Amino acid sequence: MGRLLTVTGLSTEFRTERGVVKAVDNVSYHVDESEIIGLVGESGCGKSVSQLSIMRLIPDPPGRVVAGTAVFDGVDLLQFKRDSSEICEIRGNKMSMVFQEPMTSLNPAMTIGRQMAEVMLVHMNIDKNEARERAENMLMQVGIPDPGKRLDDYPHQLSGGMRQRVMVGMSMLCDPKMIIADEATTALDATIQAQLLELMYEMVNKYHTALIMVTHNLGIVARYAHRINVMYAGRIIESGTVKAIWANPMHPYTEGLLSCVPKLGEKLLSIKGMPPSLINRPPTCAFLSRCRYRNSGCFSEPARELTHVEGQHSTACNRRLEAAGL
Amino acid sequence: MINYIIQRVVHAVIIIVLVSLAVFLLIRMLPGDPIEIIVSQNTLASYGPEYYDQLAHEYGLDRPVMIQFVDWFGNIIRGEFGNSILHNFNIGEQIKDRLTVTLLLGLTAFVISFIVGPLLGIISAIRRGTWIDNLVTVVANIGITAPTFWIGILLIYFVGLKAGLLPLYGYTLPWTDLGLSIRQSIMPIIVIALSPIASSARQMRSSVLEVLNEDYVRTAWAKGLKEKAVIYKHVMKNSLMPVITLQGTMLRQIIGGQVVVETVFVIPGLGKMMVDAFLSNDYPVVQAVTLVMTIVVVISSLVVDFLYGWIDPRIQYE
Ligand SMILES: Nc1ncnc2c1ncn2[C@@H]1O[C@H](COP(=O)(O)OP(=O)(O)O)[C@@H](O)[C@H]1O
Ligand SMILES: [Mg+2]
Repeated sequence: MGRLLTVTGLSTEFRTERGVVKAVDNVSYHVDESEIIGLVGESGCGKSVSQLSIMRLIPDPPGRVVAGTAVFDGVDLLQFKRDSSEICEIRGNKMSMVFQEPMTSLNPAMTIGRQMAEVMLVHMNIDKNEARERAENMLMQVGIPDPGKRLDDYPHQLSGGMRQRVMVGMSMLCDPKMIIADEATTALDATIQAQLLELMYEMVNKYHTALIMVTHNLGIVARYAHRINVMYAGRIIESGTVKAIWANPMHPYTEGLLSCVPKLGEKLLSIKGMPPSLINRPPTCAFLSRCRYRNSGCFSEPARELTHVEGQHSTACNRRLEAAGL
Repeated sequence: MINYIIQRVVHAVIIIVLVSLAVFLLIRMLPGDPIEIIVSQNTLASYGPEYYDQLAHEYGLDRPVMIQFVDWFGNIIRGEFGNSILHNFNIGEQIKDRLTVTLLLGLTAFVISFIVGPLLGIISAIRRGTWIDNLVTVVANIGITAPTFWIGILLIYFVGLKAGLLPLYGYTLPWTDLGLSIRQSIMPIIVIALSPIASSARQMRSSVLEVLNEDYVRTAWAKGLKEKAVIYKHVMKNSLMPVITLQGTMLRQIIGGQVVVETVFVIPGLGKMMVDAFLSNDYPVVQAVTLVMTIVVVISSLVVDFLYGWIDPRIQYE
């Protein structure tokens, strides 16, 4: 499997009235071809911003990518302006995105068929009729009954689950190399969520598409992903294979997340305490105030960067790195 | 859908009858009546009160008001508007000519304001904070706050009198003399359309700014559309919706504005006819003109409603 995406030192800021929010701070990761990567963390930790940054979809103002490179399929996406034709050619074509909000992510004044056809007409050299045929075929693949009729429906005529199926189908229309699913199932109820995850998994397997699954629920990712990146307060603080992380979480935050995974029928728990403000953050570990394992060293040492420990496993926990002699 | 249309049409008819009745009653409550004017105009011959009664009887004005109303309305349904009491012209014919003038001016002003207003709104929203946005905002505020007649008089004074660029007053039908018709229409149309343009531009600006933050616009970007396509295909139609609901009000504003503008620019339209008739208490003329104006307003509101339903698929007619 070749390397598809390499993100290095990505930092994104928002200039607000209260100060500069460092939403994403020096984040590096990679995705291989047809690999499924989980990006996990509590809400507000910068998952969406990091993904929108590489898609060049951060609204500017107030946001700005201030540093980093994101080499996708051989080109650095971060060199392009938000509305440059180079990035427009990649978006929706080689790299597409499914968003969290099924109810509001489709244009209410345009039929499903036209919204699906649109993305093909932009990127592929086909006519309207063929685009419509392909859209119908895709609706069938994502399990929408009576796809020919649904093409002429408006979004409000479909349920949330159906709309998200449309979004998944739409993201696959141009046969992308990578899909980013940003909490694509979070807003749906449990059964529908499971069906949709299964569907996405099937689809990316069938077309050998890489998938970044963004979620705050480690349980979801563990079932489908190959590797996991755990994000906290704008940084990746642990990275590794699902197996390694499940067996041996190397950051107290990851451990906390694991203990939050709901058993069947339980409600999602949460870690005690609040994530820190992303404005004027201190140099020490951001998880410090919530950590069970902290010692006096944690209060004085600056937080370390994500550091490789063993196999594919990396952590940013000062204590774990110290214990490993790194 | 059919039910909805029938329901709306029934409503429209009820409104028309009620407005006619109200005007019918109100004008009779106001001091003065047309017979008095006829009598006072004939001061040379000193007529007595018998003459007043005789005239009132001749025009049927001595009957109970409700009977007069039913009688009048019956005639209207048969298409007979009757004659002016004071000037004896045929009201129906007069209205036909004047309605043409008023509709020509009003519709042109409406179409222009519906195109220019939203366009200015989009531009100023997309170029938010630039000089063009500031300019539009200032002009819009002037357009909304400045009284119609004042702008009309300013234009007549500066553009017409001082600069001599355009004719000061009057109106010619386009099929009589197109060039003159256009030159005579420019100032009145500017004056009529200014306030609707300003309101539509303001509404459109805020509406576009709102829509730009919608999730489906982000989806459009994520599909790889260029800025033009995002704005044209996804932002425009959705931002137009609240602007279209506003158009009913805009139409009423335009028709109201025309009453003033036709008076200021001495244009032989329905608005001027109404003012003249009101001033002289010419009952049948006042009644007929208000009836026609009401019908115009009601029909245009209907059109705006259907337009809205056509553009927003979520609206269901039930
Ligand atoms: N438009 C914005 N303006 C200011 N701050 C923002 C904006 N968008 C996101 N942020 C900040 O960036 C941080 C990360 O947000 P996000 O990536 O959406 O979190 P999540 O992990 O839940 O997806 C949050 O703290 C949020 O306050
Ligand atoms: Mg998010």
